Amino acid sequence: MSTTETTASGIGPVEGAALYDVDNPAPVIEAPRQRTKKTPKPTRGNFEMYGWLFMRLSGIVLVVLVIGHLLIQLVLDGGVSKIGFAFVAGRWASPWWQVWDLAMLWLAMLHGANGLRTVINDYAERANTRLWLKGLLYTATVFTILLGTLVIFTFDPNIR
Amino acid sequence: MATPVLDKVEAEAKAAAYITVTFRVRRFNPEVSAESTWEDFQLEIDPKERVLDGLHKIKWDLDGTLTFRRSCAHGICGSDAMRINGKNRLACKTLIKDINPEKPITIEPIKGLTVLKDLVVDMEPFFQAYRDVMPFLITKDTNEPTRERLQSAEDRERFDDTTKCILCAACTSSCPVFWNDGQYFGPAAIVNAHRFIFDSRDQAGEQRLEILNDKDGVWRCRTTFNCTDACPRGIEVTKAIQEVKRALITRRF
Ligand code: HEM
Ligand code: SF4
Ligand code: FES
Repeated sequence: MSTTETTASGIGPVEGAALYDVDNPAPVIEAPRQRTKKTPKPTRGNFEMYGWLFMRLSGIVLVVLVIGHLLIQLVLDGGVSKIGFAFVAGRWASPWWQVWDLAMLWLAMLHGANGLRTVINDYAERANTRLWLKGLLYTATVFTILLGTLVIFTFDPNIR
Repeated sequence: MATPVLDKVEAEAKAAAYITVTFRVRRFNPEVSAESTWEDFQLEIDPKERVLDGLHKIKWDLDGTLTFRRSCAHGICGSDAMRINGKNRLACKTLIKDINPEKPITIEPIKGLTVLKDLVVDMEPFFQAYRDVMPFLITKDTNEPTRERLQSAEDRERFDDTTKCILCAACTSSCPVFWNDGQYFGPAAIVNAHRFIFDSRDQAGEQRLEILNDKDGVWRCRTTFNCTDACPRGIEVTKAIQEVKRALITRRF
């Protein structure tokens, strides 16, 4: 911002660095669907509050779980090259790693699903679009969680 | 010193201080076209004048059809929030010298609200959200205004920041969540709820918290700080929203 220096007023720059100007215009934004006397309908209950808290709490736990997971799988003790059926079977023989993976599966899936629910709420404007996208999201989430849980609990290293 | 001499000196100094700036204004007139277009205006103006003075020059001397809101012209009424060089500001509080007048200055209506004409937007959804948080004193035991309601200096200090709001909509119309879904209450409504929730004289804090616990209430806030950056009154808007979130959580646990 060179202008302030050229004025003889002796007043320094008031504004910080400008984000946009004519050569780099700010993006066009269309008006969203509007709030009226009737919409949105007031909701009861604390669902959104618990969702908000869950994102933060699960995030904190996920930092430990995911970084630990990545270290064990990809970095320590020979990196990716060591991963094979035997390695996975060996880890799942211990209840500690079973619980670790189970917690990671549930938390990451619920965290990710709730995050995507937020994204859908933000971007999908038509009631029908929201319904379908959320239906798809919840189906995929439930399927993945159930399948993953089933595998962790019924995993058999002596499979032929 | 004789007065005429001083006048002359002042006049010369003034003329020398004038610069030429280009105002690139987003024009929209639904009676003419469904599309909005950019229009350039060249102005001779003192860079220490405000963007609002430039808009006045255009409206009064160049093109009387230019439409914008302003009332007080001194940052009090909140009617002239607009997007100047891509940032929400009050035209009456923005000096031309501060926003790089060597390049054209872009002036657009605020975003997220339907444009009615040129820089005038439909503020109705914004004020609906404001009304929905009940922005007035509610007392349960004594409603008659029989005596002054006393309050300690500390109790007054608790919500001082949010009393400064002039309802200009600069914050709400800078919020990406509001841009995407106007059902969200928006920062300004939460700021004005905060002003009463934390007022020791008010007794409907619980009710207002319940309203903001809504699906489209405070939990939609993603802490982007656009509102705090935009507020021409320097209100810590994001902080006020977080305080409402905290009040909701501590109320439960
Ligand atoms: C590693 C540690 C992680 C932390 C600390 C974390 C933290 C968070 C937090 C606090 C939010 C809420 C943001 C807001 O409301 O503004 C969030 C949103 C989100 N997270 Fe995570 N997260 C983590 C891992 C993950 C993983 C593994 C996934 C995918 C399975 C994921 C997917 C998402 C999505 C889709 C959102 C919504 C994005 C948005 O709101 O714009 N996160 N995360
Ligand atoms: S909080 Fe600030 S930006 Fe938002 S309406 Fe009030 S004065 Fe305007
Ligand atoms: S004209 Fe009143 S705030 Fe700018």
